[in-house]
Amino acid sequence: MELIDYLPIFILLIIAVLFVGGTILVSHMVGRRKYGKEKMSPYESGMIPVGDARRRFSVKFYVVAILFVIFDIEVVFMYPWAVIFKKLGVFGFVEMMIFIAILLVGFIYIWKKGALEWA
Amino acid sequence: MRYFADWIIENLEFTRAIPSEYVYLIIMVVGGLLLLLFVVPMAGALTFVERRVAGKMQSRIGPNRVGPQGIFQFVADGVKLILKEDIIPTAADRRLFKLAPYIVFVGSFLTFAALPFSQKLIAADLNIGILYIFAVSSMVVVGIIMSGWASNNNLSLLGGMRSAAQIISYEVPQILSVLAVILLTGTLGMQGTIKAQGWAPQHWFLFHNPFAFIAFFVFFISAVAECNRIPFDIPEAESELVSGYNTEYSGFRFGLFFLAEFANVYVISAVAVTLFLGGWNTPFYLPTGIWGLLPSAVNLAGLITFLIKTFVLVFVCMWLRWTLPRLRVDQLMTVGWKYMVPIAFFNLVGTAVWMLVWGDKSIAALLGG
Amino acid sequence: MQSFNIVVYVFAAIIVASAALVAFSRNLVYSAFALLFTFFGVAGIYVMLSADFLAAVQLLIYVGGILVLIIFAVMLTHRISDVEISNQSLRPAQGALILIGIMAVLLGVIFKTQWSLEGQLEYQATTALIGDLLLKKYLLPFEIVSVLLLAALMGAAVIVRKEVRGEQSGGKS
Repeated sequence: MELIDYLPIFILLIIAVLFVGGTILVSHMVGRRKYGKEKMSPYESGMIPVGDARRRFSVKFYVVAILFVIFDIEVVFMYPWAVIFKKLGVFGFVEMMIFIAILLVGFIYIWKKGALEWA
Repeated sequence: MRYFADWIIENLEFTRAIPSEYVYLIIMVVGGLLLLLFVVPMAGALTFVERRVAGKMQSRIGPNRVGPQGIFQFVADGVKLILKEDIIPTAADRRLFKLAPYIVFVGSFLTFAALPFSQKLIAADLNIGILYIFAVSSMVVVGIIMSGWASNNNLSLLGGMRSAAQIISYEVPQILSVLAVILLTGTLGMQGTIKAQGWAPQHWFLFHNPFAFIAFFVFFISAVAECNRIPFDIPEAESELVSGYNTEYSGFRFGLFFLAEFANVYVISAVAVTLFLGGWNTPFYLPTGIWGLLPSAVNLAGLITFLIKTFVLVFVCMWLRWTLPRLRVDQLMTVGWKYMVPIAFFNLVGTAVWMLVWGDKSIAALLGG
Repeated sequence: MQSFNIVVYVFAAIIVASAALVAFSRNLVYSAFALLFTFFGVAGIYVMLSADFLAAVQLLIYVGGILVLIIFAVMLTHRISDVEISNQSLRPAQGALILIGIMAVLLGVIFKTQWSLEGQLEYQATTALIGDLLLKKYLLPFEIVSVLLLAALMGAAVIVRKEVRGEQSGGKS
């Protein structure tokens, strides 16, 4: 693995950006344009939009994001462990079981407290 | 890609006059363009295939007018999308509205960098392959929320938020289920994972042990959920939210969201094939060291094997979509957090125990003695 | 290696520019989305430093998790439709004090670090090395992390109980 092996990613990034920019530009130049006040208003199935869309959102979304971050970090710790698990054997197994057990307590706790409900 | 670059530098006389970095650069640009030429028409063609499949499943015909059996429908659709008016609603946040398709498309296109196609065909066989794919595709979430917010439309914003909540909820079981395979291989690299399997089904990780078998389903279900497809399509539930986060998008901006979505279906199928279904493994042996006709033929066989397996899984995604009803939001979250996450954890522990008892022997190896 | 330096500076420029946008944008939502580019730039620097695992984790956790969390938090704020109200400068004096403190720490680190890594970098798979260190040398911190995550989970549960009760009076899902 050398740095040059990452070069394709960088090049794909540039190609993707150019593709998106290029097609939008072509579409912008080719397409007709006809301005209409009604046409440019937000679509709400034909109804006249009431109020602003950017209202305050439910905290439930926020809780899901917190849970995700916690579990994500946890799983990321497991990846290096999984890679060398064969070498570690029973020793590594016990260590990870302690790690998982502690988190399992937390998981059961939030389950019982209703953080996983969406209602 | 590195492999081809080295081969060209070694075997073509005239390239030695140019510094090797430039040769690499040129080859990689060409390779990247080829990848784009694969991804975009493939994703486009999938939209057509999906409609035909849907037609068959609902006892109707589906698009069959443009070209023989309608196979050029997606070309016509693409041309139509380009010719459409480029609309940015007045209420929208113009800057973010324009930026969102870039992020969604880049996030989904970059995953192809680490996707294997055959023994030698891979843009970048990274050490962290599978983790890279998860990492890059997480950019898509941000693009989706951005499009929903920028549109300033009730349906779009709600769709974007729901979509983000759903994707992150199902990402946990997804990355957990992959651990079962990593335990067996001890590598995160995509090619390494495929090499650890064999061509015959009993050597696939799917049938390696019962836990890996369950892990495949956990992975695939979560992956389908991350693509926002039925039965997990609450974010763009047509009867409720019109089209979800991309409701306000039209013309080719909409087309880009669409392309990214279908490209993602290919990506999840290809990753599933890599991890669980033996990837490009064929019974043919790939001689090393020489570049003759034989290795190319083996490579081609690998490529065809890989693509067939992948498109079978893509078909399964379509099949699910036209068979199952949609889950409610609360059901969706329940399935994700209360079923998939515990099952994935159980699987992880189970695989680890299996390996402590039997090493990395598979069921087939144990039965065969 | 000339091209190496150029790429590092490009990533550094992305980080600084987007971080400036985060700090100075009058629009809170722009600030949040600009973080995407900051995190992306940091991941790029990690790759250049041969920390491949960290680079992937940076994107996975910060872009996929923390950034989404921040955006959701922004959407939770009152009067979010008046995007212009946000991101004002408050209490410059206290801010300056904290700034000086952080600067002192950072400068200390900058001068203590040995920077001439160029040329000695060895690009290798770091995942197994990290696992080795975590499970042998740094075993105790590793297990403490799980306790820390447990505490975070409990905190999340507390938020739910408080907020869901407060929300029953109204709000949309």
